Amino acid sequence: MTDPSLPAPESWRDWLLTAEPHSRHQARLGRAYVTWRRFSDNHLAVTGLLIIVALVLVAVFADVLAPHSATFGNLAGARLLPPGSPGFLLGTDDQGRDILSRLIVGSRITLAVVALVAIIAAPVGLLIGTVAGFAGGYVDAVLMRITDIFLAFPKLILALAFVAALGPGIENAVIAIALTSWPPYARLARAETLGVRNSDYIAAVRLMGASPARIVVRHIMPMCLSSLIVRVTLDMAGIILTAAGLGFLGLGAQPPMPEWGTMIASGRRFILDQWWVVTMPGLAILVVSLGFNLLGDGLRDSLDPREAGR
Amino acid sequence: MTAIEASKPARRRRARGLAVNFGRFAIMLATTVLGLLAVTFFIGRVVPIDPVLAIVGDRAPAAVVERVREQMGFNLPLWQQFVVYLRQALTGDFGVSVLTTNPVMDDILRVFPATLELATVGTLIGAGLGVPLGVVAAVRRGSIADQIARVIGLIGYSVPIFWLALLSLLLFYAKLKWVAYPGRLDVAYEYTFTPITGLYLVDAAWTRQWDVLWDAFRHIILPGALLGYFSLAYISRMTRSFMLNELGQEYVVAARAKGLSEGRIVWFHALRNAAVPLVTVIALSYAGLLEGAVLTETVFSWPGIGLYITNSLQNADMNAVLGGTIVIGSVFIAINLFSDLLYRLLDPRTRAR
Repeated sequence: MTDPSLPAPESWRDWLLTAEPHSRHQARLGRAYVTWRRFSDNHLAVTGLLIIVALVLVAVFADVLAPHSATFGNLAGARLLPPGSPGFLLGTDDQGRDILSRLIVGSRITLAVVALVAIIAAPVGLLIGTVAGFAGGYVDAVLMRITDIFLAFPKLILALAFVAALGPGIENAVIAIALTSWPPYARLARAETLGVRNSDYIAAVRLMGASPARIVVRHIMPMCLSSLIVRVTLDMAGIILTAAGLGFLGLGAQPPMPEWGTMIASGRRFILDQWWVVTMPGLAILVVSLGFNLLGDGLRDSLDPREAGR
Repeated sequence: MTAIEASKPARRRRARGLAVNFGRFAIMLATTVLGLLAVTFFIGRVVPIDPVLAIVGDRAPAAVVERVREQMGFNLPLWQQFVVYLRQALTGDFGVSVLTTNPVMDDILRVFPATLELATVGTLIGAGLGVPLGVVAAVRRGSIADQIARVIGLIGYSVPIFWLALLSLLLFYAKLKWVAYPGRLDVAYEYTFTPITGLYLVDAAWTRQWDVLWDAFRHIILPGALLGYFSLAYISRMTRSFMLNELGQEYVVAARAKGLSEGRIVWFHALRNAAVPLVTVIALSYAGLLEGAVLTETVFSWPGIGLYITNSLQNADMNAVLGGTIVIGSVFIAINLFSDLLYRLLDPRTRAR
């Protein structure tokens, strides 16, 4: 490219993969492209991504997609119909409600729970971990002691106790799960912080007069993000399972909300003769948490090749 | 193993290292249990129901409410209440269960063996199958066995346990009639069999009541196998990871160069080194099963601590819920820390520092 009269036939791929990017923008896109290539080589990971994209689409367009009402059923004519009945692909429950419609609308609850827990727990863990790791000394000792205490608690039991105190309901379930799920993020963020806090670029920023808060927020937190994202994605399956478990015990979402765990609980009475009332929501939970697990594994392998194959 | 005579100073240093380990262990245990108690105390305080009103009823005159409040110590400053709470909790006094009218501690001691038995059976199944599966998956990377281990792991991490429990009851109990119905024993044995330890399998074998043993086995096998599956998913995945790590080490190359058989290298040399972190993993999965039994016990009407907690929850019996939380939490914490200690004891490399 030294001779301007002979412009090399540069494809977009070469532009992305060049060893000498001309702008920060190009370098970033190039990195993203390499990560994407590594990710998309992994068929299972792509399957996971497709499942999650499908979940998001279903949740967004639930009103359009659901063929029937999720809360009002046809008690007289459509009670406990088996799957494949005309108009009711996955059958109906004891209130004559279409199970498919309930699953579709319920995807919103699942997605909301997962997103809310991630939005609450991940920043808390990130903040505590980076501050502890960067400050060191007493701050570190106290914060990590608290983290260890919470880490040592059995999660489901603690969530149960919280919900028992706050009262059953989907909001309290979210709070309880978030309260029990931030410690691993704090541990992770602290480990990443310890890895970079003594590096030259931090020393340079400090020399330039940046305040500790600025260093933590602008220069340390971004370094923790990729491992944090992987960890949160892997945890999402666990969050879904805990939320469904709380719903199953009658402590999460309350009927008639079409939460999948609650649907399993209410179908329990008919399991001997109407197996589909229990089976269908469970399959939905299985598929979605499988999607998050596959996506998380794939992200870990492509963002952090050291851990690949573990 | 060749016996290397440790020099006197080295031995003394080791002893001191052990003492430091035990000291740190004790401090960790104490602060963590203190934290657990602080959290349960906090939970007990934020309950929207006023515990005084719960006892005297909301129609009681103000003077009575005040007197009961004083009797129960709720007029004291919060920190004094916490000290009282700590003293009671540390002596095993969690109050009286509203539902059963027994002291909560008595209830818990009665139901705990059932959970212990179930978690033990689950861990035995999980470790017994999970370790060999993980080893084979690591040795034959990418083979059918590796794929099977991967699928088992993925589904184990993704499936709601209560749903799998319900479906397996439907299949193995209702349709195939291979296993007994929910509960620990058939009704016929329920009143004739007097437990000694509360672990029915042990009790029945000890007193040579083989029919009871068979019956208890038929009841425990399905919930035990389910919990075992979840621990299998975790243990096999970790075993595979540890084994891959060990098989890449130089001593394996040296052993191969020496002409040892592949089986000997894998099962004697590599597995032995992987065994140290594996003990920790198995202990952690055991602690996890004690907790995870809550949902399984609910589905199988297994009269353990999980069912006790959920029953109490549904009846707003906070003393019982918090007492159960503290007991499970303490056991969980103790196993966690103990596995950490065990790791330090078993792995000479952590001692050198």
